[in-house]
Amino acid sequence: MKQLLAFIQKEFYHVFRDRRTLLILFGLPVVQIVLFGFALSSEVKNIGITVLDNAHDNNSLEIVNRIKASSYFLVKDPVLNYAEIEEQFKEGKIKCALIFPVNFGQDLGRSQKAQVQIIADGADPNTATILLNYLNAIIAGYQQQLNPAAQLNYQITSEIRQLYNEEQNGSLNFIPGVIALIFMIVCTALTSVSIVREKELGTMEILLVSPFKPVMVLFAKAIPYLLLSIVNLIIILTLSVFLLNVQIKGNLVLLFAESILFIITCLSLGLLISNGTDSQQTAMLISMMGMMLPTLLFTGFMFPIENMPWIFQVLSHIIPSRYYYIIMKAVMIKGLGFSYVWKETLILAGMSVFLLAVALKNFKSRLS
Amino acid sequence: MKVLGFILQKEFRQIFRDKTILAMMFALPIIQLIILPLAANFEVKNINLAYVDYDRSTYSQKLMSKIASSGYFHIVGNTISYQDALQMIERNEADIILEIPNGFERNLVREGSQKVNMALDAINGTKSSIGGGYLTAVLADFNSSLDVYTKATNNNAVKPMSHIEITYTSWFNPLREYKYYMVPGILVLLLTLIGGFITALNIVREKEIGTIEQINVTPIKKWEFILGKLIPFWIVGIIVFTVGLIVMYVVYGIFPKGSLAVLYLFAGVYLVALMGFGLLVSTFSNSQLQAMFVAFFFMMIFMLMSGFFTSIDSMPGWAKQISNLTPVTHFITVVRLIVLKGSGFSHVKMELLYLIIFAILLNGAAIFNYRKTS
Repeated sequence: MKQLLAFIQKEFYHVFRDRRTLLILFGLPVVQIVLFGFALSSEVKNIGITVLDNAHDNNSLEIVNRIKASSYFLVKDPVLNYAEIEEQFKEGKIKCALIFPVNFGQDLGRSQKAQVQIIADGADPNTATILLNYLNAIIAGYQQQLNPAAQLNYQITSEIRQLYNEEQNGSLNFIPGVIALIFMIVCTALTSVSIVREKELGTMEILLVSPFKPVMVLFAKAIPYLLLSIVNLIIILTLSVFLLNVQIKGNLVLLFAESILFIITCLSLGLLISNGTDSQQTAMLISMMGMMLPTLLFTGFMFPIENMPWIFQVLSHIIPSRYYYIIMKAVMIKGLGFSYVWKETLILAGMSVFLLAVALKNFKSRLS
Repeated sequence: MKVLGFILQKEFRQIFRDKTILAMMFALPIIQLIILPLAANFEVKNINLAYVDYDRSTYSQKLMSKIASSGYFHIVGNTISYQDALQMIERNEADIILEIPNGFERNLVREGSQKVNMALDAINGTKSSIGGGYLTAVLADFNSSLDVYTKATNNNAVKPMSHIEITYTSWFNPLREYKYYMVPGILVLLLTLIGGFITALNIVREKEIGTIEQINVTPIKKWEFILGKLIPFWIVGIIVFTVGLIVMYVVYGIFPKGSLAVLYLFAGVYLVALMGFGLLVSTFSNSQLQAMFVAFFFMMIFMLMSGFFTSIDSMPGWAKQISNLTPVTHFITVVRLIVLKGSGFSHVKMELLYLIIFAILLNGAAIFNYRKTS
C-alpha cells in the first residue's frame, strides 16, 4: 500500500511538472464553455439584407421599416438593380434581398393582391430557412394590419414553451459534449502517452524489474488523471451554473457516479492503446485521430446522429461517449433519475469491464 | 542560396521516408471530404411530434392531418395526457408536443380565437427553433384555409382581404443541400491541419530528438533553416489542396464558380500564415505532446469562431472582433464566396490584405522568437 502511494505521488509530480499541458488542460474547457455559451449560437441575428424597392410607396417603405426594427436583420444600403444585388452577394455583405415590384402599392390597393420577391443565399441552408420564416412573419404581420375590419375569422394562436432551456441559451447540447471531449483527451490521450513515454525513455524497464507489481504501475498512472478529470468536471459544472445560468436539475451523486464510470472507460481505452504502441507519436495519433475524431463526430453533440447515413449511425454505437452524452443530457439537463438511464449505464459498464480486461490481459510484463 | 537548395533536398528526403506524411497527403483529404460532410449534416428533418388532443373534434382532426401531411414532422405518438407526451420527450422519442385543448372547435366557431400549446425540447436550439417555425407556419396555413372554408359557405358579402404573395428564390444553392455549405469549409480545415499541426510537430520533433542542436551549430542561417522547413510543407499543402479540389469535384460535383487562380492565391497566402503559426507554437514547446496540445487548443478556437459551424453574424460584438483576428475566418469566407458564388478578385481584396498581414505578423514573430542559441 505504501508502495502504491509512493508511486502515485511520483506520478503527480510528473503531471505537475509539465505546466504548459496542464494549463491547456484546464484552459480548454473554460474557453469552450465561454465560446459555446456566449459567442456561438445557432440563433439567426443581424443578417445583412438589401432592398430593391421599385415601388417607393408607403406600403413598401412601411415593410422596410418593420424589417429595420427587428433585431434579426441589418438593412444595408438599398440597390438599384439585380446586378447590384449579385455584387453584394458576391462580396458577402448580404445574405438575402427583398424586391418590390413597381406597382406594389397600387396592386395592393386596387386588386388586393401584390407580389414581393425574396432572394436568399442558399449557401447556408438552415439560415435561409429561418430567414424566410422571419420575413414571412413580418410581412404577414403587416398584412394583418392592413385588414383590420376583415380580420381572419378564426385565429389559432399558439403558446410556445421551451422545455429545459427557458432562457434559450443557444443550445445546451454542448456542455455534456465538452465534458465528454475533455475526458477523452485527459484520460485516453494523456494516460496512454504517459505510459508510452516511459517505454520510449527506457524508464519502463526499471519499473518492471522493481518488486512492484507491473499492473500497479498502470494503476498508479491512471489515478492522477482520474483526479484531474474530476476536478475538470467540477470546474465545467461550476462555470455552467454560474456563468451560463444553467440549472443542474438532476441528482448530483448520480451525475458524478456516471461520470466516474465514463472516466474509467476512457482510462481503460488509454491503457489499451498504450499496450500496443511503442512511440509517443503513434500513441498520440491513435488517441487523437482514432478516438477524439470519432468522439467529436459521432457522440451527437456537434452533429445530430439521426441525420447521418445508416452506417455511421451503426458506428456511433461503438463509441462510448455517445452513451455518456445521452446519460448526461438526461440527468443534468432534464433532471431524470436512474430508471431512465439504466440501459446506457449498463452498456458503459460492460464496455469498461471488457476494455479493462483486454488491457490487463495484454499487458506485457516483459518488454520483448 | 546553394545552402538552401541542400536543406530543401534533405527535407524532401525526410518527408518521403516517412510514409505517414505521404499517406496523409492523399488519404486525409479523401477521408475528411467524404466522411465529414456525411456526418456533419445540420439539416433539420424528421422532427418528432407527439400530440395530445383533448378535443377530438372535426377541426382538431383536420389540423392533425394537415400537420401530418406537411412532410416536416414525423408523428410519433398520440397520447392521452400531456404528462404522457412529456415522458416521450424525456425518453428522447419526441422533440415537440402539440396540445389541443378541450373545446377547440367550439371556441373557434363561437369566439373566433383559440390557443393551442406547443412545448419544444429546447436543448437543441436549432431543431427547436426550426421545428417551432414550421409548426407555426402550418398553423397559420390551417388558419387561412379554415377561413376560406367558412367564407365560402357564408353568403354575406365580405370585404376582400389584401394579400401579399411571396415568391422565394434561393441563389447559389437552389436545392438547399447542406453539402454546399460544409464542403468548402472542410477544404479549409484540411489546409489548417497541414499548415498548423504538421509544421509545429516537425520542428518540435527535431528539438526532442536533438538534431536541432546539430543544425544550430552549423553556419546555416536562421532564415535558411526556416525557409527550408516552410517550403516543402507549403508544397505539400498546395498538393493536398489540389487533391481536395479534385475530390470535391468528383464526389460532390462542386466546381468553383469563381476564378481558380484567385483561390490558389488565397490558399498559398493562407498556408504561409498558418505555417507561421505552427512555427510560433514550435518555438514555445519543448515536447511533441505540448506542441500538439497548444496547437490543438488554438486550432479549436479558430475553427469554432471562424464561421465554419455557426454563422458569424449572430455573434456578439466582442466575439466578432476575435473572429476577425483569426486568419481562418477570412479564408473560410473567401472560399465560400469564390467556390459557391463566383466572387472575383475585386470582391475579396480586403480579405487578401488581412491574410497577408497575418502571414507577415505570424512568421515575423516566429522568426524573432527562434533562437539558434538558447
